[in-house]
Amino acid sequence: MSDKIIEIEVLRYRPEQDAEPVWQSYKVPFEPEWVVLDALNYVKDHLDGTLSYRWSCHMGVCGSCGMMVNGVPVLSCHVFVKDYYPARIRVEPLAHFPIERDLVVTLDDFMNKLQRVKPYLIPKNDKPVSEGEFLQSPAELVKYKQYTLCINCTLCYSACPQVGLNPDFIGPAALALAHRYNADSRDGGQQLRFDEIFTHEGIWECTFVGECSVVCPKHVDPAGAIQQTKIEATKDFFKSLLMPWGNK
Amino acid sequence: MSRKPYIRKISTTSWWLKRPAYTRYMIREFSSFFVGGYAAVLMIGVRRLAQGREAYDAFLVSLQSPLALTFHAVGLLFALYHTVTFFGASDKALPMQIGAEKVPGKLIVAGHYAAMVALSAFILVLALWR
Amino acid sequence: MSGRSKEPIFWSLFAGGGMLSAMTTPVLMFLTGLAVPLGWFAADTLSYDRMMALVHFGPYGLIGKGALFVVIFLPMWHAAHRAGMSLIDLGVRGVKPLIMTVSYGAAAAGTVIAVRALLAV
Repeated sequence: MSDKIIEIEVLRYRPEQDAEPVWQSYKVPFEPEWVVLDALNYVKDHLDGTLSYRWSCHMGVCGSCGMMVNGVPVLSCHVFVKDYYPARIRVEPLAHFPIERDLVVTLDDFMNKLQRVKPYLIPKNDKPVSEGEFLQSPAELVKYKQYTLCINCTLCYSACPQVGLNPDFIGPAALALAHRYNADSRDGGQQLRFDEIFTHEGIWECTFVGECSVVCPKHVDPAGAIQQTKIEATKDFFKSLLMPWGNK
Repeated sequence: MSRKPYIRKISTTSWWLKRPAYTRYMIREFSSFFVGGYAAVLMIGVRRLAQGREAYDAFLVSLQSPLALTFHAVGLLFALYHTVTFFGASDKALPMQIGAEKVPGKLIVAGHYAAMVALSAFILVLALWR
Repeated sequence: MSGRSKEPIFWSLFAGGGMLSAMTTPVLMFLTGLAVPLGWFAADTLSYDRMMALVHFGPYGLIGKGALFVVIFLPMWHAAHRAGMSLIDLGVRGVKPLIMTVSYGAAAAGTVIAVRALLAV
């Protein structure tokens, strides 16, 4: 093990003993190939077994290990210790979420928001399995494929100031997910989703700060999804205003 | 073990100072005061025009005051910042696809600048045409 | 669940005004706010006579007046929306309806002034 040391400061919170979160510092060996998650695993294995945090794949696909590193929401398996060394690294739980314990945040609210946008195909023209598959061209796939890549890591919720200022905001990932289905050529459930997202706590809370798309590790671009949805909402609004005879 | 989730409060007035990206966002939003301010200047100009030659001439003289010149110089910088940020985001809001190929975002942004340059040139030619 | 918002009315003005102002506000501010007042362009570029010719251009002056109206109206509503929202971003949250009413009210008043002036000119 290296004889170089880097200091990791973690915001701890143990509900059974802490009234408020407290900073705790650990001295961890500096290994040039380590990501921040490796440093946390070293702490848990050798220094302090009580440290709690979520992680799983260690390769940026499961979305479990989101946390604030020096004030920026990242996947801890995605950021290298050597990019911060020799400066101290400050690790906190993801912003804009209640802290459950240490680096573990409460995600119930986020799960509810995901469900509210009806994140499943509501076929435009349903048919029994015996009649075969729904066909889709490559061009139709390209329209929504990017928005299928979300791993629900919620870094976007931590990056978005509107989520911080208004916890009722449905948020970037949920709205990108709605767009994933709305833009799918097989789907016919747009109006049902519109009832949920064309609201003040839906797309209209967004002011296109754009930080959600900057921090997204899978390049989903939720900001783009929301702006495109705003255009859709505007078209839909004026269409029903000027041509109310169309079926809803 | 009972749950006692801890809610962190954020400052509603100073959150935008905490990260450079947030500060740049607020500056972008602030540009609207100058864009709106200039629309008001045009509105006043048209009103003075309707009030007759003397009123309009006085308006033109007022555009030479230090306050007016400062407003327009500073405002021009903010207006350009609005242009750059608005066009910079245009590829996210207006994605284009030809067949199964996505049009590169840079092209969409460049198209906006091309239109802006053409329109600006047209306005200048109109103004200077004798 | 608050029901579908009427926000598209204001957002479409914001987006249209944002596009128009991004394209034309810089050159117009340069022309009318710096180049002419500072003498870089001829002093009579914005003269009363030339402006009167502009507002009477086209049948019933529709082209000249229309262009001036659009270049005032859209950026004004864009700014009203964005300026109001930015004040709300700065923490004046509880009074969002009040702030937006004042912002849009100002834009509405400005629109009335511009329309009356263009009709009178």
